[in-house]
Amino acid sequence: MRFSAVLALFSCIAWAQNPQAVAIQGADIVTVSGPAIAKGTVVLRDGLIEGVGANISIPSDAWVIKGEGLTVYPGLIDAASNWGMPASLAPGNAGGRGSQNGPPPPARGPEDRPATTSWIKAADELRPGDPRLERARSAGFTTAVIFPMRGIFCGQGSVVNLAGDRPPSMVLEPSAGQFVTLSAAPGGFPAALMGVIAYIRQIYLDARYYSALKQAYALDPRSMRRPDYDRALEGVLESRRILLPANRTVEIDRMVRLAAELVQPAILYGMQEGYRAAEVLKKSGTPVLVSLKWPQRLPDSNPSDIDSLRTLEVRDRAPSTPAEFAKAGIPFAFYSDGLDQPRDLHKAVKKAIDAGLSRQDAVRALTLSPAEIYGVADRVGSIEKGKIANLVVTRGELFDDSTKVEMVFIDGRRYLMAPEQSVPARQGPVTKEQAR
Amino acid sequence: MRTVARVCGWLCACLPALNAEVIVIRDANILTISHGAMKGAILIRDGKIEAVGANLTPPAGARIIDAAGQYVMPGIVDGHSHIAIEGNVNEPSVSVSSMVDVRDVINPEDIDIYRALAGGVTTANILHGSSNAVGGQTVVLKMRWGKSASEMIFEGAPPGLKLALGENPKRAGNPSGRENARYPATRMGVEDTIRQAFLEAKAYKAEWDNYQAHIGRGEHTLAPRKDLKLEPLKEVLEGKRFVHVHCYRADEILMVLRLADEYGFQIRTLQHALEGYKVAKEIAAHGVSVSTFSDWWSYKVEAFDAIPYNAAALHKKGILVSLSSDDAELMRHLNTEAAKTIKYGGLSETEALAMVTLNPARQLGIENRVGSIDPGKDADLVMYDRHPLSNYAKVQKVFIDGQVYFDRDSELSGRAGKQGRKQTLLDKERAN
Repeated sequence: MRFSAVLALFSCIAWAQNPQAVAIQGADIVTVSGPAIAKGTVVLRDGLIEGVGANISIPSDAWVIKGEGLTVYPGLIDAASNWGMPASLAPGNAGGRGSQNGPPPPARGPEDRPATTSWIKAADELRPGDPRLERARSAGFTTAVIFPMRGIFCGQGSVVNLAGDRPPSMVLEPSAGQFVTLSAAPGGFPAALMGVIAYIRQIYLDARYYSALKQAYALDPRSMRRPDYDRALEGVLESRRILLPANRTVEIDRMVRLAAELVQPAILYGMQEGYRAAEVLKKSGTPVLVSLKWPQRLPDSNPSDIDSLRTLEVRDRAPSTPAEFAKAGIPFAFYSDGLDQPRDLHKAVKKAIDAGLSRQDAVRALTLSPAEIYGVADRVGSIEKGKIANLVVTRGELFDDSTKVEMVFIDGRRYLMAPEQSVPARQGPVTKEQAR
Repeated sequence: MRTVARVCGWLCACLPALNAEVIVIRDANILTISHGAMKGAILIRDGKIEAVGANLTPPAGARIIDAAGQYVMPGIVDGHSHIAIEGNVNEPSVSVSSMVDVRDVINPEDIDIYRALAGGVTTANILHGSSNAVGGQTVVLKMRWGKSASEMIFEGAPPGLKLALGENPKRAGNPSGRENARYPATRMGVEDTIRQAFLEAKAYKAEWDNYQAHIGRGEHTLAPRKDLKLEPLKEVLEGKRFVHVHCYRADEILMVLRLADEYGFQIRTLQHALEGYKVAKEIAAHGVSVSTFSDWWSYKVEAFDAIPYNAAALHKKGILVSLSSDDAELMRHLNTEAAKTIKYGGLSETEALAMVTLNPARQLGIENRVGSIDPGKDADLVMYDRHPLSNYAKVQKVFIDGQVYFDRDSELSGRAGKQGRKQTLLDKERAN
C-alpha cells in the first residue's frame, strides 16, 4: 500500500520532469506500415508521434536522442496475454458462478451459466504492479491485449499499454473480444467437450433471444413482463469478437465451423498445427493468433517413451506455421501464451524466422497485424504521424541473440531496460536527469 | 500399376467434383446380399455402382482391378460405435443431455477409424454413451480416412438420439459415497426421467406450433426461446429423428415400448437388447428393429440372461436385426460376428452377412445408398481374400465412394518409410 503510494508520487515527479517532445535522430526506422527509413528521425510529442521521416526538422524544445546504431520499431504487441491479470483470472482456474465465495455449486445445465464470467473486463482487473509487465517491456513489448483466461466464457479482453500512471490511463480499448476456452466446468455441466460446445451454442441462442426480448420490452414496457437481467448474456452481447482455441487441424476445422454457425466474428488462437490448415483458414478469412510456446518434448518425460510419428512431426513443423500463414496471406499475430522472459520470447520468434518467416513478417505479426486484428491499427502498430508514441529501440535487429533492447517508449515516455535481463528493470519512467 | 492407382487416387482426392473415374472390379466372387452371390464384375462410375454382372464388358479407359480368387461384399455398416469421439463419450453431468451432439466432436484422425476400415467397416453409427437416460445426438459416418470431420459425415443420413435404460443411467446417479449424486438412481427413476423430458418436449413443441400458427396468420409475435435440449426431442415427436435405445432387460424393453406409444413416437432401434428374445413378439408388433451382439454378455448383472441365439431368434420373428460392435476392437471383425448366427440359429450365409451390411443400413435409413451391391448404390465395397464368413478371411481392399481407402499391400509396404521418417525426426530432435 505504502509502496504504491510512493510509486504514484514518483510517477508524478517523473511526469513533471518528462520532456514535452522527444526526437530520435539518425536511427534506422522500421515503420512497418511503409518502407523502412535509414538514418531517419522520429519526433514524439504529448504521447503521440508528431512526425517521422528521413529529413524532418527537429523541434527546438525536443529532447534529442542520438540514434546512431539504433533501430526503432513500433512497440511490440502481445496479441493475447495474461500479463497484468490477477492469478485468479489465470488459465487453468475453474471460474464461473460463486467464484468469489468458494467453489461454485455444480451446474445442471446451460441455464446455470457454468464457468461463465463474460461480463468481466480485463481493464477493470489490471494490476500495474505485476512484475511481468516490466519483463515484457524489457522484451520490447509496449502493449498487450490482456484477457481473463479462466472458465469457458472467461471475459472480455482489453488493449492496454504496459505502463502508465494509473490503470485507466493504460487502457486503449476496454472491450476487445471475449476469451473462450473449451474446458469443462468442475463437477457439473458441461463435463465433456460436446457439452461445452452445446453450451456455447445455447448461450448464443439465448443472447439473441434476450436481446429480442429487451428490444420488445423497450418498445412497449406495459405490454409484457420485463425480461430478467442476465449478466452472462450482457457480456456476450458486448463482445464484438470471440477468441476460440484451436491447436490441432481437427480443432481448427471444428472452430472455423462453430464460429460460422454462431455468426460471430472470431479469432482462433493456438495454431500448433496451423501449417497443415492454411487452406481451411484462408477460406474462412478468420484471423489467427499463433502461440509462441512451441510444442516440445517435456524435459522430465521418460527417455524410453517414443512419441508417435505425428507428435514428432508436429514438434518439428509447428514453428513453420507462421511462414505458411504469411505465404497464404492469412492475417496472424503472435501471442505470449505464458512466456514472459524476454529471452524466451525473442528465441521463440527467432525459431519461426529460422523456419522460414521473414523478419519483416515477424515484426508485423507483433505490431501492425495484432493492431489490425483488434481494430486498433488507427492508433498503434506502426510508426506513423498521429499514432500513439509506443516504440521499441534496439541495438541490432530484433530477435537476434546479440540484440539489445535499449529502451521503449510508451505514450511518449521513455523506459530504460535493466542492464542484465535477469535483474529486474528499474521501476517507473526515467527522468531527464536519469536519462543522461 | 500401383503408381497409377496412387496418382488416380490423388487426383480424385484433389478434384472430387471431377471424379469421373470408371473402375471395374473383375473376376470377383460377388456377395451382393440383396440378390445372391455370383462370379463376375462390378462397374463403378463417379463413385457409384453402375452395373453388377457375370458378363460385364469393361468400357474403354476403365481402371481394371483384378479380383480373381477374391470375395467382394458391401462395406460393413456398424450400427453402434463410439470411435472417433473427442473427449468424453458421455456428457455425464446431467441425466438429460440431448443438447449435445456427437457431430460436434468427431475426430477424423482417430486411428480407430483406420483400423475399423481395415476390418471392412465403411459406415458406422456413432452414438453418445449410455450414462444418461436421455443421451446425446448421434451421427452416421463414412470411414473416409484422411478427410475432415465434415467430409466424413454420411450426407443425408437421418439424425438420431440416444436413450439409455437400466444399470448405466442409474449407476451414474447412484448416491453411495458420491457428492452431488444426480437423479435417477433406480430403473423407475430412469423411466420417470425420460417421461419428464418428453413432457417438457411436448409443451415446448406446443409453444413452437402456436408461434408458427401466429406467423401463419400473419401476426407478428416474438419467437419462443430455442432450447437445444428440447429441440431433438421435439424432432423425435415429429418423426424427424431416429431413437436408438440402449437396453438389456425384457422388462425395460416393454417399458420403453409403452412409453413410446404413450408419447406417440417411434423407436427406431433397440440397442444391445440381450433379453430381446424374451419379448420378441412385442418388439415385432411395434415394428422396432434390434441391434445386438452375437455372443458378448455377462459383463454386468443385466447382461447375464443372454443367449447366442438372440439375433437369429429375433430375425425369425420378422424383426430387422443387425449385429453391432460398441467396441473399437470388435468393430474390426464384424464379419466373423455375423458368422456366429449360422452356428447359433442356422441362418443362411446371406442372412448372416446382411446382419452387418443391409440390415444396419436399413435401421439407419441409408439403405438406398449402402448395404448391398446394387446399381445406383455408393461403391462402398470390401474385398477379402477368402469368404468373409471364414475366420481366415483378411481384408485386402476397402472402397468408399469408389475410392480405395484401405489397401493391405500399400499399408504393409508403407511401414518402412514411416519408420524411417520417424527415426529421422527422432535423430533431429536429439541433435538439438
